[in-house]
Amino acid sequence: MGREILNMSRITKIYPNGVMANKDVSLSVEEGEIHALMGENGAGKSTLMKILFGIEAYDEGRITFDGRDLVHAASAAVIKSGIGMVHQHFMLVDSLRVYENIILGLEPVKGPVINAARAIAETRALGERYNLKVDPLARVEDISVGLKQKVELLKVLLRGARLLILDEPTAVLTPQETEELFGQLLLLKKNNHTIIFISHKIREVMKICDRVTVLRAGRNVGALKVAQTCPEEISRLMVGRDVVLKLDKRPRREGPPLLEARGLSLTNRFGKATLKKVDFQLRSGQILGVAGVEGNGQNELAEAIFGLARGAEGQVLVKGRDILGLSIRRIRDLGLSYIPEDRLTLGLAAAGSVWQNLIPDRADSPALKTWGFLSLRKIARHAGELIEAFNILCRGPDQEAGLLSGGNMQKVVVARELSADPDVLIANQPTRGIDVGANEFIWKKIVEMRDAGKAILLVSADLNEILELSDSILVMCEGEAAAYFEDAAAVTEEELGLRMLGYKSKEAAAHGQK
Amino acid sequence: MASGISIDFVSFAFATIRVMTPLLFASMACLVYTKGGIDSIATEGIMLMCAMAGAAGAWLLGGPFQGLLFGMATGVALSFLFGYATLSLKANPVLAGIALNILAGGLTIFVIYYLTGEKGSTQSLSSGTLPNVRVPLLADVPVLGRILSGHNVLTYVSLLTVAALHFFLYKTRSGLRLRAAGENPQAAESVGLSVTRCKYLALFIAGALAGLGGAFMSLGYVSFFSKNMTAGRGFIGMAAESMGHGVPGGVLLATLLFSVSDALSVQLQMMSLPPELMQLMPYLVTIVAIAVYSRHRARRRAAGPAADPKEVKP
Repeated sequence: MGREILNMSRITKIYPNGVMANKDVSLSVEEGEIHALMGENGAGKSTLMKILFGIEAYDEGRITFDGRDLVHAASAAVIKSGIGMVHQHFMLVDSLRVYENIILGLEPVKGPVINAARAIAETRALGERYNLKVDPLARVEDISVGLKQKVELLKVLLRGARLLILDEPTAVLTPQETEELFGQLLLLKKNNHTIIFISHKIREVMKICDRVTVLRAGRNVGALKVAQTCPEEISRLMVGRDVVLKLDKRPRREGPPLLEARGLSLTNRFGKATLKKVDFQLRSGQILGVAGVEGNGQNELAEAIFGLARGAEGQVLVKGRDILGLSIRRIRDLGLSYIPEDRLTLGLAAAGSVWQNLIPDRADSPALKTWGFLSLRKIARHAGELIEAFNILCRGPDQEAGLLSGGNMQKVVVARELSADPDVLIANQPTRGIDVGANEFIWKKIVEMRDAGKAILLVSADLNEILELSDSILVMCEGEAAAYFEDAAAVTEEELGLRMLGYKSKEAAAHGQK
Repeated sequence: MASGISIDFVSFAFATIRVMTPLLFASMACLVYTKGGIDSIATEGIMLMCAMAGAAGAWLLGGPFQGLLFGMATGVALSFLFGYATLSLKANPVLAGIALNILAGGLTIFVIYYLTGEKGSTQSLSSGTLPNVRVPLLADVPVLGRILSGHNVLTYVSLLTVAALHFFLYKTRSGLRLRAAGENPQAAESVGLSVTRCKYLALFIAGALAGLGGAFMSLGYVSFFSKNMTAGRGFIGMAAESMGHGVPGGVLLATLLFSVSDALSVQLQMMSLPPELMQLMPYLVTIVAIAVYSRHRARRRAAGPAADPKEVKP
């Protein structure tokens, strides 16, 4: 320990569309350590690792591994030099057997035939050595996610990797599998392997990592020794916000509850529980912000309530009536509206015109018909009104929606959903990836709704948005409602960050006493 | 069979094997395409053009064996063309396949008209046929000998192909890489394999097999090319591949099922039943078999991999 094995210095990467993914990022990893790389989604962790692995090119900077320069090396050369990566989405061929996946590309042969006996024996021996026991003859499609991860580790180890990059390895694992993985990582460390551990979860990092490098918005914000830091410090580094927009809003006037979830649970198609007995109440005149590191159930929560994710259990009550299992049409008729997370897949038909995107939920309305047929004249008038009211910049209602700017596309979605005059609005990432002007406009519209006595469930990955808009905040972590703050104004970023990262206040207190 | 309709078992079994030959080449070609992650929809058109190329090649180059090689080369060339259009130029494979199939229907007629002045067949050209083989020893076995011996040389080749493909796909390095690249190209690339190379290998093998199947039609099944003579065998090959779960042995069994129904329809036509109804049979069997298979697969998928008991919270 102590010798520097990897040095990435002042790496800068700007994508062709102008997005700066990494700016002057440096990373130094010592031999035999487990080094955590932390940061929120979009902080630039993945880009940095892709650069190291030769998948992405970089504009500036220098990479040295084991004393040698890796000058824009291709993946194959990087693998050869002793770096291996376990991708978050496994790179396995499902119908092949475990040993076939492990030896793929390096098959031992006897004459024209693959020497299966030797490959199986090698797989077994490697598994014994690193305590990664997997049946070499099992088919990958038949084994659990935890075992698949072991196969990936074996694959990397067989290729002689001394530096292993694990991209959010615990995201797909159960708590027991996570414990097992940690045991294996410590064993690898003992064998003098170096590990870069990408994670969102402070608890895990505190537990097994030696040092941590934190990225925020594409820049280094700190490199710390885990033993000399505390969760609060890491959290502050990760989620400290750069305030872009401020909002003035009136104090809230709350009314009766409009939406209530009781024990809402959801299991995804891989059998993983993505929502675990979530309870909350949303009242008239209230904006409830749902915060969390992406992938902790916020999107599932929005989709389960609106009927997009089928098979949810528990109850979702609207005006005292359970809406789970109802059709989306019925849910809309009961006064719910939905701004979906991704405007291009669910929000809009990009190839359709602006007016076509403004009316699908109300195409049956008599107000748009003459003699039972759609009246283009009435539709054009209605669309014109919405375009004006929501300030949508377009050449006219006939312009193709997909040709608008991101902000104006989003305004089309917002115009449709808000003009439906809902009692409850579920806004899932309502301002993601749009310009400041459109952002401010949409915020204003949402606050107007609240002041008119409507209820808004705001799901957002943008902490600034959550803190500025919300009256109350619900924090999701690993599918659970990890915390609820009745008064959003009294919440500190640090507190919010800790809860998002799965650190319970009790643990924080216990850690502080140590 | 009841009510006095009797079928000579030996000649029926012999006919089954005979009609199985082109189907087997077709289904093996589809198997290789599918394993390589390539759409197999163009097999029909490639086979038809190879049937034409086989007859024309035999006439131009002076012998059925030359014709056979010319047919195979045509198959490989067309297969590469399809691969180039879909892999390199990113054309939609279904559209490219339909285009190739329609092109085959028209182009073959154009070429035979150009060569013979007729639009229906190349019967006026003397292209000859590939020989039949009397298998030593086996021929002398009673009943079995009369069923299994005396077939065209390509019939035996087709059966050997099944074993050879099994060996290639499951025992060799190239076979493993071909399967990996076909099923999960990203995974293959992540360990440094060239997916393009694997795919072109699949295109080569499948094209050659489709060429063999097509050439058999005009150089073995009969001794001339006639328009649309493959008559959907490429599509039946796709069905057999799917029904046989994508393993050579299974695909062989599925092909045998189609061949039995094909042979049966020929036999039944000789009786006083409406011939159109009988000609319908192979296609009817295809639909029923695919329906049964799809239902089986849907059910298996619905059951899904058993939920990991560890994930159930106490």
